[in-house]
Amino acid sequence: MNDRPNLSCRELIDFIADYLDGSLPPQVRSDFERHLGVCPSCVSYLDGYRKSMMLGKAALRDYDDARLESAPESLVRAVLAARRQSDKA
Amino acid sequence: MESTAARISQAEPVPSQPPCDDSALAVRLRAGDEAAFEELVRSAGGRLLAVSRRMLGNEDDAQDAVQESFLSAFRSLEAFDGRSQLTTWLHRIAINVCLMKLRSRRRKPERQIGDLLPEFLEDGHQRNPSRPWNPEGDPGIETSELRAIVRARIDELPAPYREVLLLRDIEELDTEQTAEMLGMTPAAVKTRLHRARQALRALLEPLFTEVQR
Repeated sequence: MNDRPNLSCRELIDFIADYLDGSLPPQVRSDFERHLGVCPSCVSYLDGYRKSMMLGKAALRDYDDARLESAPESLVRAVLAARRQSDKA
Repeated sequence: MESTAARISQAEPVPSQPPCDDSALAVRLRAGDEAAFEELVRSAGGRLLAVSRRMLGNEDDAQDAVQESFLSAFRSLEAFDGRSQLTTWLHRIAINVCLMKLRSRRRKPERQIGDLLPEFLEDGHQRNPSRPWNPEGDPGIETSELRAIVRARIDELPAPYREVLLLRDIEELDTEQTAEMLGMTPAAVKTRLHRARQALRALLEPLFTEVQR
C-alpha cells in the first residue's frame, strides 16, 4: 500500500494522451487505473476519447481508396504539362 | 526564400539504408528525364491525392494541392538527398501545401476551444459527469452519413487544433515531425493534440449519448 494520493478526475483527464501512448510513469499509470476502477464518469470520458480518435480516423480514411489507385489521367497530364511549362519559364 | 520542399528535405530523419530504387529515380529526375517524372507522378499521385482529400475535403482543392506539391518537389530535387523514400518526402510536401491552403481559406466561424473542454469543480471532479457512450452511435445514422458528420465536426475545430489532429492522428506524423512542420515545440504539440481530441469528443458526444432509448 503506498501513501500517494489518488488522481483527481481533472488530473486523470490531463493524463489520458500519455496513458494511451504508454508514456505515463508506472506509479502514475497505477494511480490512473485505480481511479478508473472507482469512477464511472472517467471510464466514460476515456471511452469517448478513444472512440472519437477512431471515428476521426475512420471518417477520413474514406479517402484512402485513392492511395491504391493511380491519380486520374487528367491530373497526371496537368502535372506533367505544368512541369514542362515551368521548365520553359 | 527557401522552398517548402527544401526545408522538408533537411528535416528528414536518417534511415539506416537508402532506398536504391528511389535513389536511381532521383538521379533520372535530376537529369530531366521526362519518363522519370511521369513514372513518379503515376506512382505517387494516388497517395498524394488521398492525403490532400483528407486534409482539404474538396476534390478541386485536393487536385490543385497535388499539382503544387509535385511542382514544389520538382523545383527542389537537389534538396532530396536520398536518405528517405521519395514518397515520404512527397507526403510531407503535400501536407505542407495543404496546410497553406487551409490557412488561406476564408473560414466560417469556429468554435472556441474553451467551450469544448471539460469543466471541473474545485475538488477536481468533472462538473458534468460523463455518460457512457453507446458503442454503435445513433442507430438511425448510416455509416457513410456518420463519417460525413465526423468530418464536419473535425472541420468545426479551431484551425490550430484541427491541424495538429490531422497531422498526428490522421497523417500519423510523430510529435517531433508535427512540431517541425507547425513551428511549435513537441510539448506544445502534445498539449494541443490532447485538447483537439477532447474537443472532437465533445462535438461527437451528443451522437453517442443522447440516443440510448
